[in-house]
Amino acid sequence: MAVGQVLSLNKANKLSKKNKYLEIWRQHKEKYILIAPFGIIFVCFTVVPIIVSIVLSFTSFNMLELPEFVGLRNYINLIVNDSVFLIAIKNTLLFAIITGPISYIMCFGFAWLINELPPKIRALMTLVFYAPSISGNAYLIWKLIFSSDMYGYANAWLMKLGLISEPILWFDTKEYVMPILIIVQLWLSLGVGFLAFIAGFQTIDKSLYEVGMIDGIKNRWQELWYITLPSMKPQLMFGAVMQITQSLSVAGISMELAGFPSVEYAGHTILTHLYDYGNIRFEMGYASAIATLLFFIMMFSNIIVQKLLRRVGE
Amino acid sequence: MQLIMVSRRASGKKVVKMIRTRRKRPNRSRTVDIILTLILGLFGIFSLLPLIFVISNAFKPLNEIFLFPPRLFVYNPTLNNFKDLFIIIGNSWIPFLRYIFNTVFITVVGTLGTVIIGSMAAFPLAKYNFPGSKVMSNLIVYSLMFSGAVTALPNYIIMSKLGLIDSYWPVIITAVGSTLGLYLMKNHMVQIPDSLLEASKIDGASEYRIFWSVIMPLSKPAWITLIVLSFQSLWGTTGGTFIYTEKLKPVSYALSQIINAGIVRTGVASAVALIMLIVPVIVFVISQSNIIETMATSGIKE
Repeated sequence: MAVGQVLSLNKANKLSKKNKYLEIWRQHKEKYILIAPFGIIFVCFTVVPIIVSIVLSFTSFNMLELPEFVGLRNYINLIVNDSVFLIAIKNTLLFAIITGPISYIMCFGFAWLINELPPKIRALMTLVFYAPSISGNAYLIWKLIFSSDMYGYANAWLMKLGLISEPILWFDTKEYVMPILIIVQLWLSLGVGFLAFIAGFQTIDKSLYEVGMIDGIKNRWQELWYITLPSMKPQLMFGAVMQITQSLSVAGISMELAGFPSVEYAGHTILTHLYDYGNIRFEMGYASAIATLLFFIMMFSNIIVQKLLRRVGE
Repeated sequence: MQLIMVSRRASGKKVVKMIRTRRKRPNRSRTVDIILTLILGLFGIFSLLPLIFVISNAFKPLNEIFLFPPRLFVYNPTLNNFKDLFIIIGNSWIPFLRYIFNTVFITVVGTLGTVIIGSMAAFPLAKYNFPGSKVMSNLIVYSLMFSGAVTALPNYIIMSKLGLIDSYWPVIITAVGSTLGLYLMKNHMVQIPDSLLEASKIDGASEYRIFWSVIMPLSKPAWITLIVLSFQSLWGTTGGTFIYTEKLKPVSYALSQIINAGIVRTGVASAVALIMLIVPVIVFVISQSNIIETMATSGIKE
C-alpha cells in the first residue's frame, strides 16, 4: 500500500514535471525556435570543443588511434619537462602585460582626445587609428621596415643618421624580436574596443559635466575620473575583454614576421606552441593541454580585470 | 578649443587660418590642449606611416624601391606593379577568377548567415525572460573572453568527423558561430521600447512577424555593423587549416603566396596589400556612423 502510494506519487511528480516542460515550451516556443540555429552552432562549435579540449588534455591522442587516458602527464610534461613551453609562457605573459594595458590606454586616450574634435575631423581621426586593425596583411610592411639588409627602412635611416655602421639583423637577433612584435601589435590593436570607446564618449549625458562644474570640478583630469570614467564603465569592461583576449592570442604576427620557429624561440608564444603540437606534430592530447591552459589563463585574467574595473570612480 | 589649420590657397600662398570654435567647456587649459593635440597627431602619424609606405610602394618603379636611403613618397608613380600583378595572376595555375569566386562565396554566405542567424537569436535574448535565456546571455559574454584559437583543434576534429574539412563550410560555420556580432546585436535591441512589441502583439502579430517588421527595421545600425565586422573577418580569410584543395582557396591565400615570393616582388606585394586594404577601409567609411551608433551600446552591464 505504502509502496504503491510512493510509486503513484513519483508518477504524478514525473507527469507534472513533463507538463511543466511542455508548458514552458508552449509559452516560449517561438523564442526557442528563433534561438535554435545559433544555439546549435554555438553548442557544437564553442561549448563542445571546450569540453573536448579539456577531456583530451588528459589523454594521448594522435588522430589515428583512439585516445588513451594518461592522467595529468601532459600537464606535468608541459610544466616540468618542456623548456620551450616555459619560454612561450614567459613571452606571452610579457607580451600581454606590456601590450594589453598600453593598447587599452591608447584606445581610451585617443578616443577621449578624438571626442573633443569637431565631427568631421573626429570621423577622419577614427579612421586613421582604426585602419591598421582592418588592413589585413598590410602589416607585412613591417617586414620591410625591419628588413635585415640596408634597404630595410629602419636600417637605412639609422645608417643615414650615422647611428649604426652596418645593418642590424632585426629578426635574427634575440633581443630585438619581442620589442618589434610589441610595436607591431600596438599598431594593430586599436580595433573594436577603440570604436566602443569612441561611441561611449558620445553617449555620455552632457548635463553631467555642467553639474560637475557646479560641484567644483576644476580640470579635465578630475572630470575624467569623476564623471567620464564612471559613465563609461560598461564600455570600459567591454574594451578590456577585447584587449585581453587579443593580447593573449598573439601568433600570426609572430609567425609571419619573426618566422616559425623564431630565433632562439624569441617570438614563441603559447599559441605558436599550440600550433606546433596541434598542426605539425599532431600530438592532440598535448596540444589540448596547451589550449586548456590558455583558455583558463584568458578566463582568469578577464574575470580579475572585470572585478578591478567595477571599482572605477568609487 | 583651438585648432590651427594650414591651408594652401590657389595662389600658392600659405595661409595660416586660426579657427576658433566656441569653447564648449571652460575646464580646459590651452597648454594642455596643445600638448594633447600634438600627442594625438604624433600617434596618428605612427598609425598612418606604414600604410603610406604600402600605398607609395605600390606605385614605385623598381629603381625607386631599391633606392638607398629609401624614400617615403614615390617620385615617378607607375602602374607597373599592378600590371605585373595581373601578369602573375594571368599565369596562375588555377584561374584567378576561381579564387575570387571562393572569397565572394565565403564572404556572402558567411555574412548573410551571421546576420540572419545572429539577429534571430539576439531578439528573444534581448527582449524576453524565459527559462535558459539568462544562462545563454552569460555564456555569450563569457565566450568573448577567450579567442577562437583555443577551440581550433577540437573544432578541426569535429569538422572532420562531420566530413566538412576541405570545403567552404568550416570557415562559414566558424564565422556564424562567433559571438561578438550577436552580443552587439543583442545590446542594441535591448533599447527598443517594450511598448512597441506589446502594441504589435495586441494587433495579433506573431513573434516572427514582430521580429521581421518591428525589430529588424529598428536595429538597422546593428545589423549593418554586423555585416561590416563579418565582412572584415571573412574578406581576409586564408582558409587556414580547413581548406587545402588549391581551387577552393580564397583570394587572400593566393595573394599571400605572391607576397611571399621575396624582395624582388616588393612592389607587387604592396599592390596586393593595397587592394586587400582598400576594400575594408571603404566599407568602414561608408558605414562608420552606423557602427558608432551600435558600439554605443556595446558595454558589459554588471
